[in-house]
Amino acid sequence: MNNEEFLNTVKKAIVEGNKDEALQLAKRSIAEKMDLNEVIEKGYIRGIKKVGQLWEEGEYFLPELIISAECMKAAMKIMQPELEKAQIDVRSAGKIVIGTVEGDIHDIGKNLVSSVLSTNGFDVVDLGSDVKLEKFIEKAEEVNANLICLSALLTTTMTGQKKFIELLKEKGLFGRFKVMVGGAPVNQKWADDIGADGYSENALTAVRVAKKLVEKQSR
Amino acid sequence: MIRTLSPKLELLSNELIQKIIDEAYSILENQGVFIENKEALNLFREAGMKVDASSQRVRITAKLIENSLSSTPPSLKIYDRSGEIEYLLGGDEVHFDPGSVAVTILDSETQQERKAVTNDLIRFARLTDCLEHIHFQSTGILSTDVSEIVSDSYRLYIGLLFSKKPIVTGTFRIEGFDPMHRMLVAIRGSEKNLAEKPLAIFDACPSPPLKWSNLTAQSLIDSARAGIPSELISMGMTGAAAPVTIAGTLVQHVVENLSGLVICQLAKKGAPVIFGGCPVSFDMRKGTTPIGAIETMMIDSAYVQIGKHFNLPTHSYMGMSDAKINDAQGGFETGIGTILAALSGVNVISGAGILDFIRCQSLEKLVVDNEICGMAYRLIKGIAQRGDPIALDLFKDFAADTQFLSMSHTRKWYREEHTFPNLIDRDQYDIWVSKGRKSITDRAKEEVESLLQKNPPPLPDEETQKALKEIMLSDAQRNDMLSLPEISFP
Repeated sequence: MNNEEFLNTVKKAIVEGNKDEALQLAKRSIAEKMDLNEVIEKGYIRGIKKVGQLWEEGEYFLPELIISAECMKAAMKIMQPELEKAQIDVRSAGKIVIGTVEGDIHDIGKNLVSSVLSTNGFDVVDLGSDVKLEKFIEKAEEVNANLICLSALLTTTMTGQKKFIELLKEKGLFGRFKVMVGGAPVNQKWADDIGADGYSENALTAVRVAKKLVEKQSR
Repeated sequence: MIRTLSPKLELLSNELIQKIIDEAYSILENQGVFIENKEALNLFREAGMKVDASSQRVRITAKLIENSLSSTPPSLKIYDRSGEIEYLLGGDEVHFDPGSVAVTILDSETQQERKAVTNDLIRFARLTDCLEHIHFQSTGILSTDVSEIVSDSYRLYIGLLFSKKPIVTGTFRIEGFDPMHRMLVAIRGSEKNLAEKPLAIFDACPSPPLKWSNLTAQSLIDSARAGIPSELISMGMTGAAAPVTIAGTLVQHVVENLSGLVICQLAKKGAPVIFGGCPVSFDMRKGTTPIGAIETMMIDSAYVQIGKHFNLPTHSYMGMSDAKINDAQGGFETGIGTILAALSGVNVISGAGILDFIRCQSLEKLVVDNEICGMAYRLIKGIAQRGDPIALDLFKDFAADTQFLSMSHTRKWYREEHTFPNLIDRDQYDIWVSKGRKSITDRAKEEVESLLQKNPPPLPDEETQKALKEIMLSDAQRNDMLSLPEISFP
């Protein structure tokens, strides 16, 4: 199999959501000392971009999206340390701390966003659900995050997102991190009203918004 | 007279029901469920169940399930505020209540969603009180003019003041139980009276998959001990928070409901429990939870069938739409769901008035849905023989000019046999035009105002009003709210 064929096989593994294959190919590319950056850019990333395209076209739905994202995550977990070993500068799209606000245990959407963000080059620290507001700040400071993402499904817990922004202000940290909010009851107006920097309604637009916010933040 | 058949919908074969139950028992015994409530965990320990303290996982044996099922009453009665009107929940008795809990109301003028305030809750309760085919009220709307913390007690407070009907409600916080219970006791006069003549049903939802939270487990325990029927609302989302196949979601539904039922029986043997739910066919394209999907209705009908197999009172969320306005989708999703629910013999059918994935209540939709409920009632009443002979004597003197309009037989039976809907349009075309070319929603708007004008609020006596207000005010003040919103009603 020549290089181009190999890269296509990698892409295919992601598009078809074949985790075993994605992992095998990752291991193989390491063992055969291939150009890992190329394998990632032209193999894995092309694959996840195709998945995004199929979603936009209404061909792929949530199960395909999440399975492909999981494959990507698994493969990257293997590739990452190798890249660090070889001291290849892995350009991270940014550091994100994400979680579902305290009092709320809903996490399907948040998990999807977390997966898709990490497969798009972000370093994502997922704090899970029912996360105390202080914990978001603690972790964001610890990892020097660019962006904090808060999810809420209930109208009774989404006020936690408002309280979070107030907490940041109290601590003099407002503006230090960009804040993005999401979840079923959340919308752009709510995000604007509470002073959040961004809002997205699904995992794919989340990537676009996150990229823009990180760009703004690092200026 | 030949017995009248009540039409019935049954989606599951007995064989499939049994297999679903077998798998549910297996999961309960081997994997168990998560229960995040100390008191509930203790109850399980005392009952000899395997409880893993750190993971809060409880394994429940078939024996305990069987015992719990046999001590749960197969039917129960709930009563209106006066205690004089009783409603049977059991068998195939059907009762409708408005869907709950909506976070917005569809504004009557603009027909657009907005946040609700006290006045909306008052109109909602008063309107429900007037609707013939909606036997129960529910605390179906959240008011934004009170502190969030007391949302649960406040919605009950308004409901108890402005409607006499039995009420479907629930707690949002563990501390909410006490003021809400005391309000019900204030109406009945004593805790004993309340237990004997329940006025309210408390809903409790497990968190899918397979978990009872601290709050909801506590609601089961507190309600059981107070004699308040608990309505178990298992809400699996296919392919997301439950197996993607309908049969798979039914297995989870049975696991969750049975585990809740066991908690109720351990808290108080003989506690009334309603086997209910609000599952959905999760939309994989939109990531939304359509309650108007046909698959959702199929899951509902099927788990109710299983609930009847267990000889339990049943409930479901049916007869609702995901449309955001009162359009055709709002009509047909609700219509189909209501008819299927009635044919399934669901005892408590929650949903009237609902739009937008249960986010929104519409008073206009509520009055229209009341008519759909009327249609459903007529359907399940069935086709009666009516007379012996049925029609032979009518044809005895059959001639070329025979007509039925003037027959005494027609006069005798027409009002029994046929219903006369109010809002549904059956005018001749020209008359419809002359009346202003109105849609059913237009007529519903007028009907809402007309009903509210013609029917003064059915407030309880002064003493009861005072008692309720005291309880509500003290709950509010305990939670940093100095006073209650002004209550006024045209």
